Amino acid sequence: MLSLETNKVLESIAKMDVSAHFMEVCGTHTVSIARSGLKKLLPESIKLISGPGCPVCVTSQSDIDYAIALARQPGVIVATFGDMVRVPGTETSLLETKASGGKVEVVYSPLDSLNLAEAHPREQVVFLAVGFETTAPLIARTVQLAKAKGISNLSFLIMHKLIPPAMRQLLQMKEVKLDGFLLPGHVCAVIGSRPFLFLKEEFGLPGVVAGFEAEDILLALFMLAQQKKEGRAEIEIQYRRVVRQEGNPNALKAMEEVFEVGEAEWRGLGIIPHSGLVLRQSFSDFDARNRFSLEIKDSREYPLCGCGEVLRGVLAPQECPLFGTVCTPDSPVGPCMVSSEGSCAAAFHYERET
Amino acid sequence: MCLGVPVKIVEIEGQDALVESGGLRQKIRLDFVPEAQIGDYVIVHAGFAIALLEKEEALETLELLKDADVIP
Repeated sequence: MLSLETNKVLESIAKMDVSAHFMEVCGTHTVSIARSGLKKLLPESIKLISGPGCPVCVTSQSDIDYAIALARQPGVIVATFGDMVRVPGTETSLLETKASGGKVEVVYSPLDSLNLAEAHPREQVVFLAVGFETTAPLIARTVQLAKAKGISNLSFLIMHKLIPPAMRQLLQMKEVKLDGFLLPGHVCAVIGSRPFLFLKEEFGLPGVVAGFEAEDILLALFMLAQQKKEGRAEIEIQYRRVVRQEGNPNALKAMEEVFEVGEAEWRGLGIIPHSGLVLRQSFSDFDARNRFSLEIKDSREYPLCGCGEVLRGVLAPQECPLFGTVCTPDSPVGPCMVSSEGSCAAAFHYERET
Repeated sequence: MCLGVPVKIVEIEGQDALVESGGLRQKIRLDFVPEAQIGDYVIVHAGFAIALLEKEEALETLELLKDADVIP
């Protein structure tokens, strides 16, 4: 239930009489917004649109197929966060691969892959490294630990992506009209709020770093609406209990030591330069693509799957022709319906009647 | 999935720590918040503390509401 103060914030937003489209680029925000029913509580003039904030969802089909191909290799154990296992690749999923004899282990932390490698010295363990700036430092530290311990049967399929370049790409595509962004709280806990100054400088748009409770998000929306009303475009922090402008220097250092910036392929957005991470030369021994050199041919997404358009905010999940009929959380055809953070899964669970 | 719930550090041994939330204990790494002390609250992501909670900012919601003249 929303508190008395929350109702007062809602009233204040309504009184401002602002018309605006705000986008969130964090899967946890998407879920929190859906679960709290915020969209219905806000005045009609304020629209919330989900962007490319779910790490599993933005992973390209060819990367998913690569992960599946790895799990089919004899002597390979694929270690992964749970959200990846049900994502349909072109022909099959990791879960189906496991059912037919492939070795797929769901882990909670990348550190678990170290233990797995040590426990299975005769097998090759590959960790599926998906995620944005929040997750990349953890993987970086795990790679450093693996190197320090001399673990030779562990490698990483790096699919890490960076959020600011995807937002710039989205704005340059001009498919959706946006008046500001809810900025991802834990990405900013790592990189700080400064990497988002381009919103103001290049596009004249405001952004507010938001926490994950419905109250946090509402307050951040209040701050965005206030900026819009006053004609300001600043990068502000609502989630001050966690986020500093400069981010977390220790986490940034680990990322910098292990990774360099490279191009990445995003579902829905295509190949974006400087939007991904690759292992530096000194850690390239840990790159699963070097260790296995598999060739993936003819990766295809499910016909009519709207996941790409949903990730760009062009299509609302409910507008996808497959939503809730052909594509459901029990039988998903695209990652946006699989991942707990996916826009389609959130809409299916919490917003279906709208 | 980002968990927004801060957890309390109850034990520290080198880079490893034990945190507690709702009676459940979990082992985490402190590589990115080496300044953390027992009794501090941290945000944990996939087994690593990624941020130390600022105690003085914990009441920010209330303060911001006051700043905005939403509540007296």
